[in-house]
Amino acid sequence: MSALARSLSTTLYGRRGLALALLLAPPLLWLGIVYCGSLLALLANSFYGLDEFSGVIKREFTLKNFVELAAPANRDVIARTVGMAAAVTVGCALVAFPIAYLMARYTRGWVRAALYLGVMLPLWSSYLVRVYAWKLLLAREGVVNWMFAEAGLSWLLQGILAVPGIGGPSLSISSLGTFIVFVYIWLPFMILPIQAALERVPQSLIEASADLGAHDAATFRKVILPLALPGVIAGSIFTFSLTLGDYIIPGIIGDSSLYLGQVVYLQQGTAGNVPLAAAFTLVPITVMAVYLAVAKRMGAFDAL
Amino acid sequence: MTAAVAFEEVSCAFGQFVAVDRVSLEVREGEFFTLLGPSGSGKTTCLRMIGGFQFPTRGRVRIHGADATRLPPYARDVNTVFQDYALFPHMSVRDNVAYGLMVRGVAREERYRRADEMLELVHLPGTGARRPAELSGGQRQRVALARALINRPRVLLLDEPLGALDLKLRESMQVELKALQRQVGITFVFVTHDQQEALSMSDRVCVFDRGRVEQIGTPEEIYDRPATRFVAGFVGSGNLLEGAAARRLTGAQGAVMLRAERIRIEARRPGAVPGVVKEVEYLGAFIRYIVDVGDRTELLVNTARRDFALGAEVTLSWPEEACHRIPQGPA
Repeated sequence: MSALARSLSTTLYGRRGLALALLLAPPLLWLGIVYCGSLLALLANSFYGLDEFSGVIKREFTLKNFVELAAPANRDVIARTVGMAAAVTVGCALVAFPIAYLMARYTRGWVRAALYLGVMLPLWSSYLVRVYAWKLLLAREGVVNWMFAEAGLSWLLQGILAVPGIGGPSLSISSLGTFIVFVYIWLPFMILPIQAALERVPQSLIEASADLGAHDAATFRKVILPLALPGVIAGSIFTFSLTLGDYIIPGIIGDSSLYLGQVVYLQQGTAGNVPLAAAFTLVPITVMAVYLAVAKRMGAFDAL
Repeated sequence: MTAAVAFEEVSCAFGQFVAVDRVSLEVREGEFFTLLGPSGSGKTTCLRMIGGFQFPTRGRVRIHGADATRLPPYARDVNTVFQDYALFPHMSVRDNVAYGLMVRGVAREERYRRADEMLELVHLPGTGARRPAELSGGQRQRVALARALINRPRVLLLDEPLGALDLKLRESMQVELKALQRQVGITFVFVTHDQQEALSMSDRVCVFDRGRVEQIGTPEEIYDRPATRFVAGFVGSGNLLEGAAARRLTGAQGAVMLRAERIRIEARRPGAVPGVVKEVEYLGAFIRYIVDVGDRTELLVNTARRDFALGAEVTLSWPEEACHRIPQGPA
């Protein structure tokens, strides 16, 4: 056996290409067939139609699904979802940056480990449990409402909830509530890449900037922020795409207006219209592609 | 004339560890001043206190007479060439060099013109559009130099700037740096652990050990007349004789330093100091013999003569003025 292993390793030693091919074949096949293959199947599906009477998928080329996407109700869903994803991304970035900055530049040892744990811990518990917990926190009888009342700020909360578009009867039944829970749920995916990017900024660059006459604000703007930007972009890819596709949070918390993920779920489940669901799925993919292209255009990856 | 930089009883501690211990020194206007010492001796901490990246826990730092003890780096008329160059990776070479002008609000056209001038000065014309990552180590070093000089500081701090370069490049950069200093006429404060570099470039050298100043002097003074045992041992190769051996060989009391290249080595003859060759090291330009002279004392001898083999019986001699008595003091 060992002689066999030896002769095998001898055979492979001089043939780096063969060894590499053998090692990479399983993951590449997985990526190629399971990942890209199903994406292509999805793309193909979006060009199929549905027989109106029997509900059977007709495998004939049609653009009907995409015409339907442009219907006002569906356009609203798309705009709402993209708007929410953008807002959640900005919200996550604003909350995550100071935390990541604190972790990367001002902590080490067990304090940093504790902060890591604090960021990661929520990911270890069930996503559903956390979303339902937020439903209770944000409910009219919930702790957030109570805190506003205790602080004598009920008028402020009522005022915010009265804003059309983001408000509602209570936080748990408003798109502001949806936003808050989205930001909470995806926050770790923003903190960690920003933290990693900030950690890679050498102290000497910051010192060099100060040495050359830059005040702290200028150093932040000219050196730290540009170098952290790839981390922010990486985080935003997570938060943006995760929000685009999520169908659970808006189903539990919010004013019951539909989001893309929910529409896909309804179309391929209850309605049985897989082709339309596939067409809807292409929306977030297209949006992400455009987003990445714009980010690259703006030089977000230059410091990579 | 006020000193370019003056330390008055400056100490700097990190928790329990005292990195710099009651250091007083003066750097004269326009001189090439080197802080020399082994790693951890406090020389870099001193440089960082001049730059403003580190504040002293005690004492006072003056720059051109004005108290700068707790002044932030951006408020000092001092610029630094960092050990790792610290070039901004997301900017072009030109933007790196122009950074100091940019934060001062100099218009783009003007600052690019001056950045290109600076690049010319450090012999890197035409590299402005490149990224630092596309340059070699030596080129990056020059960019760092240009960037630090563009604000026309009155003092330039250099933190082991040649440490990462290979020997040939380092030697040519030493010559170039010295020439550049003469050309721009500003005070250079240079940190190195390489005694050869310190001796060849500096107007004056300050030798550090364990956070204390051991000696400040010209390279000749440091080399020929070391003030302490540490300086005698750290700078150049020499023989430090103490106690009975010093008395027997040189007739002097206390510690005596005898440079290895001042000793003459000959075939055994009467008189002078007899010895036996214990080790022969071929070092190219010269040969180093380790000679046993009895009493468990060995002397290093650097010479051009290569005609003695291991075990050869030889005689050593030296002129009297080659023996330098090290002043007694706390070692």
